[in-house]
Amino acid sequence: MMLSKKTKYVLLAALVLGLAVIYVPLLVVLLNSVNSDTTFGWPPSGFTLEWWGRAAQNEGVLRALWTSLQAGLAATAIALVLGMMAAFALQRYRFFGKDTVSLLIILPIALPGIVTGIALNNAFRTILGVDLGLFTAIVAHATFCIVVVFNNVVARLRRMGGNLEEASMDLGADGITTFRLVTFPMLRSALLAGGLLAFALSFDEIIVTTFTLGAGLQTLPIWILDNLFRPNQAPVVNVVAAVLIVVSTVPVYLAQRLSGDTASGGRL
Amino acid sequence: MSIAASVSGFLYRKPRLRLGMLLSAPLLWLGLAYLGALAALFVTAFWHTDTFTGQVVTEWSLDNFATLFTDEVYRTITFRTLGIAVAVTVIDAVIAFPMAFYMAKFASPRAQRILVIAVMTPLWASYLVKAYSWRVMLSGNGLVGWIFGATPGYGLTATILTLSYLWLPYMILPIYAGLDRLPNSLVEASSDLGGRSWRTFRSVVLPLTFPAIVAGSIFTFSLTLGDYITVKIVGGAGQMLGNVVYDNIGAANNLPFAATVATVPVVIMLVYLAAVRRTGALDNL
Repeated sequence: MMLSKKTKYVLLAALVLGLAVIYVPLLVVLLNSVNSDTTFGWPPSGFTLEWWGRAAQNEGVLRALWTSLQAGLAATAIALVLGMMAAFALQRYRFFGKDTVSLLIILPIALPGIVTGIALNNAFRTILGVDLGLFTAIVAHATFCIVVVFNNVVARLRRMGGNLEEASMDLGADGITTFRLVTFPMLRSALLAGGLLAFALSFDEIIVTTFTLGAGLQTLPIWILDNLFRPNQAPVVNVVAAVLIVVSTVPVYLAQRLSGDTASGGRL
Repeated sequence: MSIAASVSGFLYRKPRLRLGMLLSAPLLWLGLAYLGALAALFVTAFWHTDTFTGQVVTEWSLDNFATLFTDEVYRTITFRTLGIAVAVTVIDAVIAFPMAFYMAKFASPRAQRILVIAVMTPLWASYLVKAYSWRVMLSGNGLVGWIFGATPGYGLTATILTLSYLWLPYMILPIYAGLDRLPNSLVEASSDLGGRSWRTFRSVVLPLTFPAIVAGSIFTFSLTLGDYITVKIVGGAGQMLGNVVYDNIGAANNLPFAATVATVPVVIMLVYLAAVRRTGALDNL
């Protein structure tokens, strides 16, 4: 590049500053969870693990964590199956309406969350007559998690081509054996990455969850929102927020390491 | 021959059947359940709620749309929401471009990979927690006040600030991808022909990466139009479209009107997508 040294340093400064702005708020939340002050004053007055201990014994938090885990694991399982099937269909076949199908997979995440949320809420309550519960939230989460698995598997299928599978068939293996011994092992890390990302997405989701989870149930984000404006809960909210940051970014980091072709993770 | 082998042999000769089996479950789920729900939502927007019983009355009328267009309150909220979306998009583009430029054009391949992960990982950190962190930072004795000596407090400014923060990575990544595809030789040719940095940027780099910027704006726009939680957390009194939808489902129990209001962001997005189609932005997603 033939740009002046000065331009280069100005751009580098912009990048460093931008990354600082991205990370500082997250660090503030992490710091606040061990801040001995009960209000979120800055600078922190001291260090304590008391809030972590209290959060670990808070029944509401533990119930919310359990609900989040159940919803995340179930939605991820459904998304893995449906996302993989859709990825094979769209990557390996040509058919009429292919573009429409790929648009359909992106739609739940491309439309504003509130639209997806009330559409499903309306469908469950007024059309199907199903009471909202954990099950309806799982269905909703799976709907927008499919795209994440889909993107990961499509990227892998595109990269690996069909040569090895053809070789396997030429050597006399039937389709099921080929899938079991050739295709699946090559897809495994992409599926794992997609699954981790889907879980992280489900674990964080709040808007769609608000509209599809039954009354009396809470996921961790909903617990935070319900307790955000209660001053005496602030220290425990800070701990739960810190947990959410860790639980949702660690799988993403692992997914990135696992699969070189997860270019943008699936929301994009 | 075993049963498994004969089944797979049979399927091998019938690609259409294999495709049908692969597509049936995802299509049933998304096509029937999700598209059906969207269609039903759209239909519901034409119904109304019985003011006495609170039940949904399945009679067709345009009353909800009439209220939406004629009532001053909803017009103000619609324009406020649009204004916030535009402001957030511009702020994000201005911040993201230099960051993406350094990542794509000056960083080593190894550093590029690390930087992409560094930008992407917080993208997945809880939306709620990130909005909450700004409430903490903007509070009377928070970090922002400590550094700058003053804080904008909670309100419109805080909403724009928080939403810009939330969607920034969605802008950085497409612009980075667009700049990464831009051949260095074009920038060099421009310098060889005497173009200074600014001229090269304006006449070569910007036109060629414009579709990528538009691709990023699709996310900043769509996500802002539907937001209501950030407003609840840092927004003070000013409402956005999402809050109207939320309040009509919860407190007011008027699902048909909520559905009517929800069509606004969808229509704005469809118009926006149709308008930017020709820039090639959709291929940059």
